Amino acid sequence: MNMKKVAAIFRKQLKDTLKNKEVLIQFIMFPVIATIMQNSIRIEDMPRNYFVILFATMYIGMSPLTSTASILAEEKEKNTLRVLLMSNVKASEYLLGVGSYIFLICMLGSVIFAVVGQYRGIEFVLFLSIMALGILISILIGAGIGTLSKNQMSATSVTVIVMLIFSFLPMIAMFNEGVAKVSRFTFSQQLNDWLKGIGTISIHVDTIGILLLNMIVALLIFVLGYRRCKLA
Amino acid sequence: MNHNLQIHTKDITMHFQNTKVLDNINLSIAKGEIFGLLGPSGAGKTTLIKILTGQLKPTSGVVSLFGKEKERIEQECMSQIGMVLDNTGLYERLTCYDNLLLFARIYGIDKSEINIVLQKVGLDDAAKKCVNKLSKGMKQRLVFARALMHKPKILFLDEPTSGLDPVIASSLHSLVMEEKNKGTTVFLTTHNMEEATKLCDNVALLNKGEIIELGNPYELCRRYNHQNKLIILTKSGEQIELMNQASSAMRVADFLSNNEIESIHSTEPNLETVFMELTGRGLDTDEHEKSSRYF
Ligand SMILES: Nc1ncnc2c1ncn2[C@@H]1O[C@H](COP(=O)(O)OP(=O)(O)OP(=O)(O)O)[C@@H](O)[C@H]1O
Ligand SMILES: [Mg+2]
Repeated sequence: MNMKKVAAIFRKQLKDTLKNKEVLIQFIMFPVIATIMQNSIRIEDMPRNYFVILFATMYIGMSPLTSTASILAEEKEKNTLRVLLMSNVKASEYLLGVGSYIFLICMLGSVIFAVVGQYRGIEFVLFLSIMALGILISILIGAGIGTLSKNQMSATSVTVIVMLIFSFLPMIAMFNEGVAKVSRFTFSQQLNDWLKGIGTISIHVDTIGILLLNMIVALLIFVLGYRRCKLA
Repeated sequence: MNHNLQIHTKDITMHFQNTKVLDNINLSIAKGEIFGLLGPSGAGKTTLIKILTGQLKPTSGVVSLFGKEKERIEQECMSQIGMVLDNTGLYERLTCYDNLLLFARIYGIDKSEINIVLQKVGLDDAAKKCVNKLSKGMKQRLVFARALMHKPKILFLDEPTSGLDPVIASSLHSLVMEEKNKGTTVFLTTHNMEEATKLCDNVALLNKGEIIELGNPYELCRRYNHQNKLIILTKSGEQIELMNQASSAMRVADFLSNNEIESIHSTEPNLETVFMELTGRGLDTDEHEKSSRYF
């Protein structure tokens, strides 16, 4: 692993995303919506930070996943990934460069959520840690989709479905018990539960199990795509 | 093995599914040589370049670059190779400068090299332009700049000038010659026989995955100069063909003394006619033409 190359990719990505509105909007949309909703809507008996948690969960399930997938798929489609790999950049260096960039940007978004939600001290740290875990899993899934897709078109169609599962299931689950039984098995639902109970966090064995399962599946998809991406 | 041998292949054969695309390719290319792979569309040129650059694994056969077998030295090897392939692989939203900056950082090259190489390809004024605002010729020159920036020892060029206007093509030719003079080995593919004749020290004629002839372009032309005729156009508009030999001397002398000659030239076969003679078809034909007619 050559950190100079990782840094080069990171800086390339920073410049490129600033000019790429479709990806940029992914990072900004949810924190902005959450800020507006949380500050403008008051309902009786509304749980604490209702909108912050709702949109933070959707953010986890959507933004890192779609942006990673679309960046990777575009690099494959436009042949820039091949040029990088042929310039002696290892696939791991590339992914670390792009991945750490997305992670950082999404963590900045998470800080906005935390500030709007007025988390302080240990709660602030806990909130960001939960977000970090979710963003990590989400990036892995996105990287898997991106490396497995031939081009942006096919990546987008897969992303939409996967993203709907991870970002909307937890929301629908609030109103529908049947959906809640399924959404339990998504990492975003588990993290959503943690966010809701942030003052009184308790760690259950099945929560850890589900998170691990999500992570392993994401890793498997990713390794599969990674292998193929070297040959493609 | 000869230390001057930069590219060497032994019995390269490539199958895609059940079709044989390359058949027993044996090549030896020396340091500082410009080698041209000439063949019609679908002959297997790109496939061979992909095998040489490690993007495809041949069904059988061995590739050596710099006198070492390919697979073992992949890492260090790559930084000594420059490539201009048919799909550009440029970052469309980034400027020319930023595209090169990424690779300068990857190769650990000083940033000052970027402006030098941009100037070399005539893009210094466009340094701040985004790639998606460049013309096709400019993009190709930027790809050249990227391929040259790290001073590679071997350059692989896949149809470097196809679809470019003659002025730009010719400026790219000068760049290639300049590299050769610095000792860089160049492997290029083309279906433009003029380009091949002008640039290459040696060419291989590739037809349906087989090398059917190989050698210096001028020597090849001379070797296939069976016609060897003189063509005389008279002032009255008549075209007369004479054998290019002593027995024609009297008639030529007659034309000359009667001041009848408008123009006179000898038939000089070019690589196109050599290819024609060997295969019965031209270089602009397409392997896929026969099948595509059915669609
Ligand atoms: N990935 C692939 N799978 C199956 N067949 C392939 C693949 N790549 C190339 N071919 C076939 O191999 C043959 C040679 O293709 P190649 O691209 O090497 O030709 P070429 O000489 O570069 O042609 P052109 O001048 O049009 O670029 C063609 O018949 C093509 O259809
Ligand atoms: Mg080709």
